[in-house]
Amino acid sequence: MTRIGASYFVRRLLVFLFVIWAAASLNFLVPRLAPGDPMAATLARMSMSGDRMEGGAEIIESYRARFGLDQSLGVQYLKYLGAVVRFDFGYSLASFPARVLEIIGRALPWTVGLLLTTTILSFGLGILLGAFVAWRSGETAVEILAAPFVVLAAIPYYLLALLLVYALAFGLDLFPSGGTTRIGASLEWTLPSMLDVLHHSLLPALSIILSSLGGRMISMRSMMVRVMESDYLTLARAKGLPDRRVFLWYAARNAILPEITTLGISLGFVASGATLVEVVFSYPGIGYQLYRAIGNSDFNLIQGITLIMVISVATAILVLDLVYPRLDPRITYTGK
Amino acid sequence: MASTTLSPQAQPAETTRRLARVNWTLVLGTALLLGIIAFGTIGRLLVSREGMKLGANDFAAPPGAQIPLGTDPAGRSVLVMMIYGTLPTLTIGLIAGGIGTIVGASLGLVAGYYGGPIDTLVHSFADILLGVPSLLVLVVLASYLGDMSIATMSAIIAFFAWPWPARSVRSQTLSMRELAHVEMAKLSGCGDLEIIFRELMPNLLPYIATSFVRSVSGGIMASVGLQMLGLGSLTLITLALMLSSAFSSAALTRGLWWWWFPPTVVLTLLFVALFLITLSLDEATNPRLKAARAA
Repeated sequence: MTRIGASYFVRRLLVFLFVIWAAASLNFLVPRLAPGDPMAATLARMSMSGDRMEGGAEIIESYRARFGLDQSLGVQYLKYLGAVVRFDFGYSLASFPARVLEIIGRALPWTVGLLLTTTILSFGLGILLGAFVAWRSGETAVEILAAPFVVLAAIPYYLLALLLVYALAFGLDLFPSGGTTRIGASLEWTLPSMLDVLHHSLLPALSIILSSLGGRMISMRSMMVRVMESDYLTLARAKGLPDRRVFLWYAARNAILPEITTLGISLGFVASGATLVEVVFSYPGIGYQLYRAIGNSDFNLIQGITLIMVISVATAILVLDLVYPRLDPRITYTGK
Repeated sequence: MASTTLSPQAQPAETTRRLARVNWTLVLGTALLLGIIAFGTIGRLLVSREGMKLGANDFAAPPGAQIPLGTDPAGRSVLVMMIYGTLPTLTIGLIAGGIGTIVGASLGLVAGYYGGPIDTLVHSFADILLGVPSLLVLVVLASYLGDMSIATMSAIIAFFAWPWPARSVRSQTLSMRELAHVEMAKLSGCGDLEIIFRELMPNLLPYIATSFVRSVSGGIMASVGLQMLGLGSLTLITLALMLSSAFSSAALTRGLWWWWFPPTVVLTLLFVALFLITLSLDEATNPRLKAARAA
């Protein structure tokens, strides 16, 4: 059943490595091309406050060693790539003893939990809705049901989040407007504490699901329309198969497959959009850490977070691309 | 472009129904957009910018008869800031979307027309960029550049705005280059550039227009994202900058809803307007969707 040729696999892997290399190189180049040499400025700023700041001298040392500022650009670049391969992003500039990777590690479970749940839910619901709307197209009730989701698809996650905060958190006081637990409560593995976390995560999740559902619905609908034009569907109907069976097993099943490839592309948008949702809700994920890092001019943390997110999205797309031919027997990637 | 001959099964009555529906979306989207533009332009003529000077009014005053939408903690009128912030917001989208569409459409035309290695290069690069969370890469650039002008910010955003137009124009060019009038032009000795810009491009204008509106929306979205994170242009007031300053001052927890809610509504309406326009252009240019509507 394996239809992935070696050349396809190698090509996909090269693209994956290229994306990560390009993102890492951008991180290396930008500070050196930026006007006013922020690297020198950062060092100067740190040396000035070095004697007052605990461990300041050590940061400067680690910074110098990490970037090898006295070495040639080529050597610096190779050393930098070596560090990236080991996921070594150095120390956080703003909260010193913490390493960038530790901060990311603490924040990542929140973001992964939020994104995984919302992506799966909106994918599933969007596909069902899109298939249904295409199947019953022309019926006024269905069109009316679909219209609000189409409009919601146009609104970026974070704006929808703000509208929801206004309506549900302030207006109706149903949900807390930010954070992960009640003020003062600590995070524990107990039922009340976890329910509290869930309660706090509902509004961020709802805003991501509501605004990504519509886009998925629209693309599934147009895919269904295409499938419903095909001859085998006419045949299935002519054979007298029950309507529901034709809908689920003949039409929807075939229309879902292409959706999986677009899921890959949409992941990039989800990652960007969810970053701002986290900012809106002070949700302690990786996006909120990025927001704080920007506020603190913590360049190491900014670079670490952006690179980790680019790597995650690229990995997800790679996995989807490699899984896809296995799901759809019509697709073969055995060379050109 | 809305030719009925493209969908053979369309009945005349149903065609009119479909056209009415397309127009309804377009009319609503355009009306919303014009309303927002009018708010920004006519508002400027009616209201002086005095109201958004620091300390011009009471601090953090809730909406009232004197100041319609209240003030921020620096005493600036929210309404006046919104009026003067709307046009810069649109300008960013126009510049970023304009550059993105021109670059993308040209690349798409060239790639689709010539095929071969150029095509492989352009479409692989576009596909790669589409999978990258562009906002995060923009964050890296903007965090080092510091405060920048509206034009610089738009130019940076444009770097991620070209792949969609390139993709859509390329696929249309691929299906068009075999058409009779293109062959004809080739046989009568027209140069490649002449064929691309005189034979192919005019027929692709509807697709390019759709891409343009979509890119404008994407450009505004990226700029709002950057500014909400505290990056990009930080001096000229835009709708997004209002949101960002409201956030950094914890307006949400302080209950100053009149500071962040009105700009959120205008931005939301702006995105909905642009989306409705793209939707109607899409339906008008995509024969498949048209057939689906008519069936």
